[in-house]
Amino acid sequence: MTATLLSIRGLTKAYPGVVANDSVSFDIQQGEVHALLGENGAGKSTLVKMIYGLVKPDSGTMTWRGAEFAPPEPRAARASGVAMVFQHFSLFDALNVAENVALGMENPPPMRDLAAQIRSVSENYGLPLDPDRIVGDLSAGERQRVEIIRCLLQDPKLLIMDEPTSVLTPQEVEILFRTLNKLKSEGTAILYISHKLEEIRTLCDHATILRLGKNVGTCIPSETTAREMAELMVGDTLHTPTRTATEDGAPVLRINDLSLSSANPFGTRLKNISFTVHAGEILGIGGVAGNGQDELLAALSGEATSDTNTITVNDAPVGHLGPNERRALGILAAPEERLGHAAAPDMSLTENALLTGALRQKLTKNGFVNWNATRAFAERIIKAFDVRTPGPDTAARALSGGNLQKFVIGREVLQNPKVLVVNQPTWGVDAAAAASIRQALLDLAATGAAIVVISQDLDELMEIADHFGALNEGRMSEIHPALGLTIDEIGLMMGGADETEGAAA
Amino acid sequence: MDLSAINPVLLVASLMVAATPLLLAAIGELVVERSGVLNLGVEGMMITGAIAGFAISVETGSPYVGILAAAIAGAGLSFLFAFLTQFALANQVASGLALTLFGLGLSALMGQGYVGIRPPEMARLDIPVLSDLPVIGPILFSHDPVLYLGLALTAGVWGFLKFTRGGLILRAVGENHDAAHALGYSVIRVRVLAILFGGACAGVGGAYISLIRVPQWTEGMTAGIGWIALALVVFASWKPWRALLGAYLFGGINVLQLNLQAAGVAIPVEYLAMSPYLITILVLVIMSADKSGAPASLGRSFHASQ
Repeated sequence: MTATLLSIRGLTKAYPGVVANDSVSFDIQQGEVHALLGENGAGKSTLVKMIYGLVKPDSGTMTWRGAEFAPPEPRAARASGVAMVFQHFSLFDALNVAENVALGMENPPPMRDLAAQIRSVSENYGLPLDPDRIVGDLSAGERQRVEIIRCLLQDPKLLIMDEPTSVLTPQEVEILFRTLNKLKSEGTAILYISHKLEEIRTLCDHATILRLGKNVGTCIPSETTAREMAELMVGDTLHTPTRTATEDGAPVLRINDLSLSSANPFGTRLKNISFTVHAGEILGIGGVAGNGQDELLAALSGEATSDTNTITVNDAPVGHLGPNERRALGILAAPEERLGHAAAPDMSLTENALLTGALRQKLTKNGFVNWNATRAFAERIIKAFDVRTPGPDTAARALSGGNLQKFVIGREVLQNPKVLVVNQPTWGVDAAAAASIRQALLDLAATGAAIVVISQDLDELMEIADHFGALNEGRMSEIHPALGLTIDEIGLMMGGADETEGAAA
Repeated sequence: MDLSAINPVLLVASLMVAATPLLLAAIGELVVERSGVLNLGVEGMMITGAIAGFAISVETGSPYVGILAAAIAGAGLSFLFAFLTQFALANQVASGLALTLFGLGLSALMGQGYVGIRPPEMARLDIPVLSDLPVIGPILFSHDPVLYLGLALTAGVWGFLKFTRGGLILRAVGENHDAAHALGYSVIRVRVLAILFGGACAGVGGAYISLIRVPQWTEGMTAGIGWIALALVVFASWKPWRALLGAYLFGGINVLQLNLQAAGVAIPVEYLAMSPYLITILVLVIMSADKSGAPASLGRSFHASQ
């Protein structure tokens, strides 16, 4: 059990301008779950891509069971027994499950036999899946099963999982962990990448921590506190957001029986949604991705208009208004997709600041843009939210995900909204930046704004939300006070079953 | 007006001939688009194939060498497109339009000495007994070999896409090129091969016009068939058998309206001339209402960054 499976020595990979990995060394034993920890941009993804043969290291060596290991392409890595579940699923929406699995295999059997194999493996590991379904129709959890089964069918010796739980409900996470433990007991090594520290503490035997491409330490997660690991990752002490207790103010945003079809053919229809958000309140909305989050944001921001009275702000009906008319009234939104939805990738930060700020910041006059004021506004965002960029003329695309996220959230927060709706405010953002974004939202609420935070990250919602609701297939669960909710209750709300369970708290 | 002058057997036989250039070009473009590439240069590749096939046939005296030359010429021109879009990462729409303009000009230049010449004729299939059968003989067993090649390609492409691993990889590349790359498939190689196949098919389709359907060379003789092929691929929802149906429908109505014109039907010629376009598009629009979608990566450039 303790034989070394893969040993990495001095692996280095540099891209123009950044050293993604700087002489990283560690060992993975057979049958262990080894965690790879680090912030965004710490070089975790580059490292596993080198193991999987997608990227060639500049220097350094890998040994696989004592023999030299330098896969020139993923095919070779797979032949050795390395399998990988990707962070952004490498699936093909228009193909069915069996075809997707076949694409990840070297010598797939004929389709009929493959379908039978998929059924037997999926039963064996408690991951129910129908091989004939089209992947585009599956939930995020089911899609991940497709990836995992694709790996399992090749009988891997080392399974690499890149942030596998970021899209799962707590119940799905539990199923996944059972599967991983079963694999481990069968002698498969697992390299587990995550920045969710509690998960790593329950699941992993060893952890290697990366910061800015360097290996900065190892630890045994079960004997280390989450805080210690986080500080190793960040290389600094961590500030947890603090909130000042506020009294609930007057109701500001009211949704009355909102039903709306999605603009996207694969989207979810919103069904009879009603809720109220008060001044100074943060309403957290959870739920597995694809259950109406994007549609709800579109309905609140004005991208999708609805009947006049379904949405009211301070008793004024706004359902029929478009985004700019709502911005004028102080209803602002920051959507989930940073590049292409919240920001125009090839435009500069100044231009992006103009796109949503023009109205409230009075950046245009008689149809002409006041570039000086716009630039000043962009600089104000950069300064206030610690956006790390050479300056406001940088293209949005050139910023790292976390920095652009800070800019996008900052742009809305600095416009003093009365209502702010954000979707996945800290998705893919590292711990320090996430903490500062959450703090900004709490501070905004303290000034009396009504805030709706839609997120997949339950820890985040529990940290900042006053009330919690969950979306399931376009329906909203009952809204409960966030304080005192248990993970089980939340899971049931996300699964759409909370009515039978009775009100929590 | 004398409708009895229209012989139904000859009508069907000649609609198959009329449909073949369109079918060949559409099947080639279908494969290209399934791999995620939009090549708008079909018209240019067809006309280049038409003159290359014509010239080589005349020089060598063999129509078969001519057809081969047309395939090579079409593939050669498409390689230019492949180079621009896959290696230089040029915009596919602009490159395709440029290819059409370039092909039209190049063919006019190459064809200057070939106006008014008759090319060598391609022998038709002549199977004893079968070809002499009434009705079935002239419709099924008395055509030139290229027409059967078109049908065989349709079946072959359908089988390739549906049953083979190569076809699955091709569809995967067209569906999500990032995921295909992550799984270790060479997106560029698959796409270049698909583009070359599409070019060869368009070239043969063009040569079919200049060597068999209208055995002569005239400048611009493909007359928009390449554009019809592009539209056909979309309306056929990227499915080979629907492309065949659309091509035969278009060819059939085209032949029928010519026959009607000759028979002196009291409908203005302009309406008859536009009818194949209208009816084909109408039928395929109705058929494609099931929204089976375009390849998701269609028209997007791929670059393996990191």
